[in-house]
Amino acid sequence: MAILVVAEHDNSSLKSGTLNAVSAAQQIGSDVNVLVAGSNSRAVAVSAAQLTGVVKVIHADNACYEHQLAESVAPLVAEFGKSHTHVLAAATTTGKNLLPRVAALLDVAQISDIVEVKSEDTFVRPIYAGNALATVQSSDSIKVLTVRTTAFADAATGGEAIIEDTDFGVEQASTKFLGETLSVSARPELTSASIIISGGRGMQDGENFVLLEKVADKLGAAIGASRAAVDAGFVPNDYQVGQTGKIVAPDLYVAVGISGAIQHLAGMKDSKVIAAINKDEEAPIFQIADYGLVADLFKALPELEELLTE
Amino acid sequence: MKILVGVKRVVDANVKVRVKSDGTGMDLANAKMAINPFCEIAVEEAIRMKEAGVADEIIAVSIGPQVCQEQIRTALALGSDRGILVETEDQAEPLAVAKIFKAIIEKEEINLVILGKLSIDTDNNQVGQMIAALCNYPQGTFACSAEIKEGKIEVSREIDGGEQTVLLDLPAIVTTDLRLNEPRYASLPNIMKAKKKPIDIIQPSDLGVDISSNLKTLGIETPAERSAGVKVESVAELVDKLRNEAKVI
Ligand SMILES: Cc1cc2nc3c(=O)[nH]c(=O)nc-3n(C[C@H](O)[C@H](O)[C@H](O)COP(=O)(O)OP(=O)(O)OC[C@H]3O[C@@H](n4cnc5c(N)ncnc54)[C@H](O)[C@@H]3O)c2cc1C
Repeated sequence: MAILVVAEHDNSSLKSGTLNAVSAAQQIGSDVNVLVAGSNSRAVAVSAAQLTGVVKVIHADNACYEHQLAESVAPLVAEFGKSHTHVLAAATTTGKNLLPRVAALLDVAQISDIVEVKSEDTFVRPIYAGNALATVQSSDSIKVLTVRTTAFADAATGGEAIIEDTDFGVEQASTKFLGETLSVSARPELTSASIIISGGRGMQDGENFVLLEKVADKLGAAIGASRAAVDAGFVPNDYQVGQTGKIVAPDLYVAVGISGAIQHLAGMKDSKVIAAINKDEEAPIFQIADYGLVADLFKALPELEELLTE
Repeated sequence: MKILVGVKRVVDANVKVRVKSDGTGMDLANAKMAINPFCEIAVEEAIRMKEAGVADEIIAVSIGPQVCQEQIRTALALGSDRGILVETEDQAEPLAVAKIFKAIIEKEEINLVILGKLSIDTDNNQVGQMIAALCNYPQGTFACSAEIKEGKIEVSREIDGGEQTVLLDLPAIVTTDLRLNEPRYASLPNIMKAKKKPIDIIQPSDLGVDISSNLKTLGIETPAERSAGVKVESVAELVDKLRNEAKVI
């Protein structure tokens, strides 16, 4: 039997987390199907079919899936999940909203945020904000897993899977989608950026984030933030990196005016290289930073921007 | 309207926990325990709804050993009306917890369930969604605002790209994100009063729920620690290192 990966998308393009979920699936077994539930989402099914290793794309195109509400999509995934050994999705807010609902419909456990596949029934996942790694074995007939995207490579393209349409639809009258406000940014997305520069409470206010933006522009970097910076209203909530925000692992993470609380580290400590700028030489962030600069960020950031211009 | 809130007993968020040397679990001996921060936000939200006159009764549920009564008492001191402890020896897995909640929801005829989106120990982020599935209720997860409007609840949700707003029929499940509200502290008089509020102690079997799980934890280990690197003296040195040593810019 095959493995089912639930695609994440916006009806026009596939989200990068799906590529990571597909490569996690390939570590479990070779037979991988992808489920695309959306509305006018043909383009997504076509790009899913191009992922290497995908055998079949199941495409449920129906107005009821336009906003991919868990209430509609979960019964669909559960129905197709029954003929698969595993059901996977990226551990994004979409995947986390959906897969527990699927698992409960199937009366099986869900394993969250796996970072390693040990075997077809054994997986490793972080607990206690990443302070520990638990190895968990499941004897359920169907294993339902969310995948930490930073722990698995992107699946390659070049495949030619078949696309199979289904008219399975689930009307849900009890949940109504009212609207969405999505941040628009010309910068790379946090979770897929190769360089991230993040600001914390030390930035003092939202306007000072301009200092970070100028450096980010030079580096082609995404901008992140600590919870303290988001709570204080400096930047929108989708900038938050950490246990309860986004999990990132770029080639370079620059933490500016961030103390390095365990909940923040939980979201970025797997970055390849970490640099920190903080005026307090005792700040815990320096304990994990490859390069630490003890300095006032209001002096350091303009200097950094200038040096990067040269 | 009757609201059910979950209060999980977890290690305090400020405690740095370590893995036991034998790899069987975390070393929590003598660690300070508390209500899971997200559950605290759930309790606060319920209290605000009661204060606003849209809710009549708040029931706080905890699942775990006898000591979890401490967390229920805190929820009572904050403003919940009564408590239910569902006694289990070990920590129940999310699916079992969801089944227990479903049984209580049916028994107590609950209109709204507010839970934390995750607990900071197991980091699962599952229970609310699972209850919603089992009860076939709508779900408003990762809520940063929740408002009762004409017999429905409007929930804004923190999602990866920004925020999404949904309108849910009641009964519904809401799970809290950090920015939903800022929980109050319990006052001393309220702590005294809470001692008189009732806590029912029941067993999962009283609810007809089997809490056995198909998950087995084979081991727990400490992740590879990152060590501190070097301190650089200037911005110029930082740029030089990033460019020529780490080669990341
Ligand atoms: C349940 C729970 C979940 C949480 N989830 C998250 C999460 O997902 N992400 C997250 O980030 N946090 C999270 N937190 C919060 C976390 O515990 C910290 O409170 C938060 O990360 C602190 O943010 P900060 O480092 O910006 O602020 P602070 O800890 O206040 O640090 C500010 C730093 O800026 C430095 N500074 C100040 N001025 C300057 C200057 N002029 N130049 C240079 N440096 C300066 C200071 O020396 C200090 O080190 C969570 C907490 C809880 C309880």
